[in-house]
Amino acid sequence: MLHTVLVFAPLVGAIVAGLFGRAIGDRGAQIVTCGLMVLSALLATVGLFANVGEPARTVPLLEWIYVGSFQADWALRVDPLSSVMMFVVSFCSCWIHIYSVGYMAHDKSIPRFMAYLSLFTFFMLMLVTSDNLLQLFFGWEGVGLASYLLIGFWYTRPSACAAAIKAFIVNRVGDFGFVLGIAGVFLVFDTIQYDTIFRGAAGMANSTIVLFGTSWDTLDVLAFLLFIGAMGKSAQLGLHTWLPDAMEGPTPVSALIHAATMVTAGVFLVARMSPLFEYAPDALAFVTFIGASTALFAATIGLTQFDIKRVIAYSTCSQLGYMFFACGVGAYAAGIFHLYTHAFFKALLFLGAGSVIHAMSDEQDMRRMGGIWRLVPVTYAMMWIGTLALIGFPGFAGFFSKDAVLEAAWASHNAFAHYAFWLGVTAAVLTAFYSGRLIWMTFHGEPRADHETMHHVHESPPVMTIPLGVLAVGAIFAGWLGLGMLDAEGQFWAGSIFTGPDNHVMHDMHEVPFWVKAAPFVAMALGLGLSYVFYILAPDLPARVASAFRPLHSLFYNKWYFDELYDLVFVRGAKALGVAFWRGGDQGVIDRFGPDGVALSTLAAARRAVRIQTGYVYHYAFAMLIGVAALVTWYLVFVRG
Amino acid sequence: MGYLPLLFLAWFVPLVGAVFIFFIRGEEAVVAQNARSVALWTALATFIITLLIWGAFDPTQAGFQLVEKSVWLPGLNINYHMGIDGISLWFVLLSALLTLVCVINCWHSAERWIKEYMIVFLLMDALMIGVFCALDIVLFYIFFEGILIPMYLIIGIWGGGRRIYSAFKFFLYTLVGSLLFLVAILVMYLEAGTTEIPALMQHEFPPELQTWLWLAMFASFAVKVPMWPFHTWLPDAHVDAPTEGSVLLAGILLKLGGYGFLRFSLPMLPDASAFFTPLIFALSVIAIVYTSLVALMQTDMKKLIAYSSVAHMGIVTIGIFTTNALGITGGIIQMLSHGIVSAALFMIVGVVYHRLHTREIARYGGLAENMPVYALTFMLFMLASVGLPGTSGFIGEVLVIVGVFQINSWVALLAATGMILGAAYMLWLYRRVVFGALERKDLLALRDMRVNEVVAFAPLVLLALFMGIYPSFFIEPMQASIDNLLVQIGASGTELAAR
Repeated sequence: MLHTVLVFAPLVGAIVAGLFGRAIGDRGAQIVTCGLMVLSALLATVGLFANVGEPARTVPLLEWIYVGSFQADWALRVDPLSSVMMFVVSFCSCWIHIYSVGYMAHDKSIPRFMAYLSLFTFFMLMLVTSDNLLQLFFGWEGVGLASYLLIGFWYTRPSACAAAIKAFIVNRVGDFGFVLGIAGVFLVFDTIQYDTIFRGAAGMANSTIVLFGTSWDTLDVLAFLLFIGAMGKSAQLGLHTWLPDAMEGPTPVSALIHAATMVTAGVFLVARMSPLFEYAPDALAFVTFIGASTALFAATIGLTQFDIKRVIAYSTCSQLGYMFFACGVGAYAAGIFHLYTHAFFKALLFLGAGSVIHAMSDEQDMRRMGGIWRLVPVTYAMMWIGTLALIGFPGFAGFFSKDAVLEAAWASHNAFAHYAFWLGVTAAVLTAFYSGRLIWMTFHGEPRADHETMHHVHESPPVMTIPLGVLAVGAIFAGWLGLGMLDAEGQFWAGSIFTGPDNHVMHDMHEVPFWVKAAPFVAMALGLGLSYVFYILAPDLPARVASAFRPLHSLFYNKWYFDELYDLVFVRGAKALGVAFWRGGDQGVIDRFGPDGVALSTLAAARRAVRIQTGYVYHYAFAMLIGVAALVTWYLVFVRG
Repeated sequence: MGYLPLLFLAWFVPLVGAVFIFFIRGEEAVVAQNARSVALWTALATFIITLLIWGAFDPTQAGFQLVEKSVWLPGLNINYHMGIDGISLWFVLLSALLTLVCVINCWHSAERWIKEYMIVFLLMDALMIGVFCALDIVLFYIFFEGILIPMYLIIGIWGGGRRIYSAFKFFLYTLVGSLLFLVAILVMYLEAGTTEIPALMQHEFPPELQTWLWLAMFASFAVKVPMWPFHTWLPDAHVDAPTEGSVLLAGILLKLGGYGFLRFSLPMLPDASAFFTPLIFALSVIAIVYTSLVALMQTDMKKLIAYSSVAHMGIVTIGIFTTNALGITGGIIQMLSHGIVSAALFMIVGVVYHRLHTREIARYGGLAENMPVYALTFMLFMLASVGLPGTSGFIGEVLVIVGVFQINSWVALLAATGMILGAAYMLWLYRRVVFGALERKDLLALRDMRVNEVVAFAPLVLLALFMGIYPSFFIEPMQASIDNLLVQIGASGTELAAR
């Protein structure tokens, strides 16, 4: 009951605010959605404490699809993994709802915004509490929908619409793999229920299957297909292009969906399916490779961007890479731990950025900021807390989780484990650098905004700064509070995260050499120090370095030209094919040699004939049908019997 | 008979209504008003009768139910024989519902010859219900072909643009297919000595003959579905048809092809069906990829949706020919869903077409600003068309993809590309029509949906969601019949055991 209310309260809020927004007004919509979210967050907190270390149980709701053994119910699966996710989702969502009351105060569609936020939360909760792959997919696509709606919230802006469509379609590319993964799981296990799949996974290890004309290791190919879905949702290398563009949405959206919750769904998927991934070594190697590559790749782009939200977006992309390679090396618990700490400090950073944007009259370009830290002291302090947590400053949340991830990478025997470790450490340097750069450029130095904007710079109202404060507390203490998740015996997870009999990463990670433990700190100090030199001590240095390494800088600044490449190959390719099939195929071949060709000789005559009779034909036809009916009736009534 | 002949009433009542309207005389405005009212009440009564049919239907029975049989042409051994099973049940209800929706939807928008317009819709109603109930192949053929006449008239008389060309193309295509079907019927009659569908299902035709019969039927059904490359009549027919014509064309007429495959090709000609399955898969996959790409480039709203129909029906034909329970169930659900969703999408186009008389996508933009109810309704059906989980479109699509994956992973892979392409063209359509800045003066003056439009959309909205959230409601009554069909086509023991 507790979990049912927890999950459906946001849906109720979304329906009330969405359909009756005009009747209850802006304030009414805010009260309903925020109130229900607070309720949901409270229940999630209660649930978290109640479910840690407890075995999984399922709350059935309604029969959904039943065709033979392809059976899926609407149900809520409650175990430590889903409880942690529910807590993260509802807690962040609750404070972001409240923040939105202040941030969106001047918008003209407040009920719609609140409804979308709540709807998103509902889908996300359905995703994490599913007990079968199909309901997971419902939540999965549902959050994609909510993301689409929220990115395109300001639908009159062409850039917002384009970003919204891009997000949906790139996600669909991932979902395409996901659906095939579901089909494959059903083929192999004859079920889509988690429990049955998990029980059967070990027995399928090292078996082979023929798909797409090739022989594969069964579990590798299934895990690989599912992971394609995860790559789309979590913006991993290759399918990452939508995430930076998603910053077109209002900032609370970026905080909730594109940092704290939705984009982590892919990581959750890998952890949830850990019984399958544990027996799929090649798929795990691939996960590690993609995660580590993304961690570094996104960080390189983050170095050069000027839009404050885009810097944080690339940072998110990079941090998701860390979570994935943690899972890839077998340390799923470390991946989820980083997911959990990341949610607090990344939401904090985004909301802080929102507060800055709010103060700077909707300016997002850091080149037109600077010198405002005395004017917005609370926001400034909050941004520092978020930054220190992100770069892994000792004592802050990110410190614990990032260290754990890197140590696990070092300790693992995965083929790409050391690749992941070194890329992870390098990315840590870059993370500290771009985070420092963000702070220096935004708050310090000479003011670069125009006089008018500077005149209006103001601290945000309490309705915005209080959520910042709460999340800041999380960004500081979440690491300490969550250390239990790393328990080597796995008591915290009570089997909801599975580790194979040969997987001792969670144990071995505590016994790495001292320099491995120290590496993240050195990387952080190096990056932060360098950023101080570049942006405070010698402000002309960035430009000189950029021109000295022009090709490299262009590559990073232009995001490795992924957008250009995709546009050329896929967008233009699809359009060209579309025109070719339409004009060439349909009109040029099929119609020309089909009906038009056949009719050509008689068409003129036929047209005339049709036109002459048009007014009367139906009378004839009608009379004919009446005749048929009369005949039938006659026989029915009189002849029959 | 101890009970009402419900199936008879279901197709006879609309016919009576049509006759009644035919005899309405008087002043033009009064005639139009009365014709509308009679049509509304008749369509409503018919729909209620079909609900009674649903109530009387026993979902545990596999065979035909509510059977009505009497001698019709005794010398030829041809009977008036009606009945339904789990496969036809929902199509009967859908036909009656969509006719009712059409009558409500055109309440204000029909402009010419309203009396005659109402008559053809009630005729359509009778014929559509009849075709799904017919258990004698000759009777089936009469209904099957009879539908062409009112539809031809709807396009040719109430259509716009190049309506004569389109009506002609529609007629030409379907007629060629139908004639071959007629030949097949004659051959089957000569071979088996009966025109009873249940008897023909039991009859074992020699393999050689099966091939020819199958191809003759294929000609007819493939045009109806329509399958690539027999699809080019559809975009033209839709573009020039009036809104309600498109609704019935997309909602019911296209389903006749899939229904034909299920009712005739599979159970009567199982060997040939198995033999030609690769052909069906190839054409369906081409349809999905090819027409989705073509849809992407359309500038006319109706053409875009018409092409999307071809792609969606590709999923249906794949599902039917998987010959496993998942695929066939998925195929039928996809047909029902498409019947609701594409019908609604054509009505969505109709709403703005009626106001501005253009379907050019570029003429619109920013409608969300002053038409919020419209924007929401459009959004819902766009998502259902895209196959978002929680809507009806998802259920059919996922069942078919999972079903076909069990026998051929390549077909599943290529069919699933439709998920991506479908999202691309639908979202882009929505973006250009509903999103963006509201700039044109004539768009500023647009009013949101009228009451009758909201009423017409309401059942479709509810069904699209209900079918997505609780599809078991629709799947359960079909199951016994689908199992029965699988037995008839000799599905392998393992597939049945898997159920």
